Amino acid sequence: MSMSLRLLWAVLRRDLRLAARRRVEALLPLGFFVVAAGLFPFGVGPEPQTLRQIGPGIVWVCALLSAMLSVTQMFNGDWQDGSLEQMLMSPRGLLSVVLGKVLAHWLSAGLSLVVASPLLGLLFGMSAQSIAMLCLSLLLGTPILSLLGAVGSALTLGLRSGAALVFLLVLPLTIPALIFGIGAVGAVEAGLPQQAQAHLSLLGALLIMTCLSAPLATVAALRISLD
Amino acid sequence: MASNRRLLPPKEAAGMQEQRDIGVVGEPPTGSEALLSAQGLACKRGRRLLFKDLNLRLERGRVLWLRGSNGSGKTSLMRILAGLSSPHAGTVLWRGRPLQQASNEARRGLSFIGHSNGLKDDLSLAESLAFLAELAGLDRAPERARLALTRLGLSSRGTALVRTLSQGQRRRGALARLALDDSAERVWILDEPYDALDKNSMGLLSELIEAHSARGGAVLLTSHQPIDLRDSHEFDLESWRAA
Repeated sequence: MSMSLRLLWAVLRRDLRLAARRRVEALLPLGFFVVAAGLFPFGVGPEPQTLRQIGPGIVWVCALLSAMLSVTQMFNGDWQDGSLEQMLMSPRGLLSVVLGKVLAHWLSAGLSLVVASPLLGLLFGMSAQSIAMLCLSLLLGTPILSLLGAVGSALTLGLRSGAALVFLLVLPLTIPALIFGIGAVGAVEAGLPQQAQAHLSLLGALLIMTCLSAPLATVAALRISLD
Repeated sequence: MASNRRLLPPKEAAGMQEQRDIGVVGEPPTGSEALLSAQGLACKRGRRLLFKDLNLRLERGRVLWLRGSNGSGKTSLMRILAGLSSPHAGTVLWRGRPLQQASNEARRGLSFIGHSNGLKDDLSLAESLAFLAELAGLDRAPERARLALTRLGLSSRGTALVRTLSQGQRRRGALARLALDDSAERVWILDEPYDALDKNSMGLLSELIEAHSARGGAVLLTSHQPIDLRDSHEFDLESWRAA
């Protein structure tokens, strides 16, 4: 295994171990996701057609907010206890550290949203195909949220209102993912599988683009923030 | 204190044509290559100029004790030398090459321990040490980690969660990383490493530093407490600035 991969693996293992030992903290985004999305049927009424229509949008927006909730802490703890300084000093490269941390965030926070989404799909009376597409779109979309969130978290490191700023900085950047994600589910709901596939392809392209650019931006932001 | 020598007697400093070096003034020229050096360094925090025109050479085997009151710029200087902060002016060189150009090589050759220990409350000491060793590219074999902890008097605390340790034990845990480092090419930059340590632990750390210096490594450290280090050189940042 190359040195960079070894470091990525070490960061991933360490962050997942930390998430496992801080279960309440780790499960908070999932709890928020389920509770927030679960409140909507009570608010808008039990009309099945309305719920089916608004379901994908609500699930996606709640997933987005929930991901942002946890992403604000991605580098903050490491900055406070001095680990981040050591990461910056690593001869094995900060990029591996950032990739490891983003992957750990997605596995501990994003993936659980994907797993919980069928439950919310059922709550909104969505069809099996729509639920499958919702899962698939979130599977492609939640890594984008982690990647963009990492940039925001790095940029706002050490700022007094950092968490609120991450929301303001990152949420507008997630709009394309939101549009394609909801569009894919909506197309399945409307019986347009080809259109759904197109939305999914665009979401995939967006994921690739974010994968290529966000980690480098995060590395640069971390260096600036710690200067 | 053994043989600490103040490096900047005013006479020599004046003779340096306004160029005031740390780590060479008052020393016979050794001709050895400086592992870490800085030229014309200036640092500003906000509007306050902490220092300027500061030159530094840290050669193999040298231990430099950087002194000065709180806020005099010791930590800022160390962060600049470690490549964590940018200087307001001047250049930091790693073995003669600007730090930015030799950043990978420099990171392999620099060990920085700041005020914070870099340990995670929810990891055990051994897990934290293994991770820090991985980051620094050091040998993280469990046997080596165990030995490092033993050297710092923490042999029985390896499996304890960091949150259960005292401040002094945490500090020793962070410093145990140094015991994994047997490279003669490395410069240790240690910001208040003696903080929170008892007398016995201070002795253990001094032994580590002396051993590193004896095998050709260099050390730059700060401490507000009196320390006992063989062949260390003192430099008072505040007096230097006043001069």
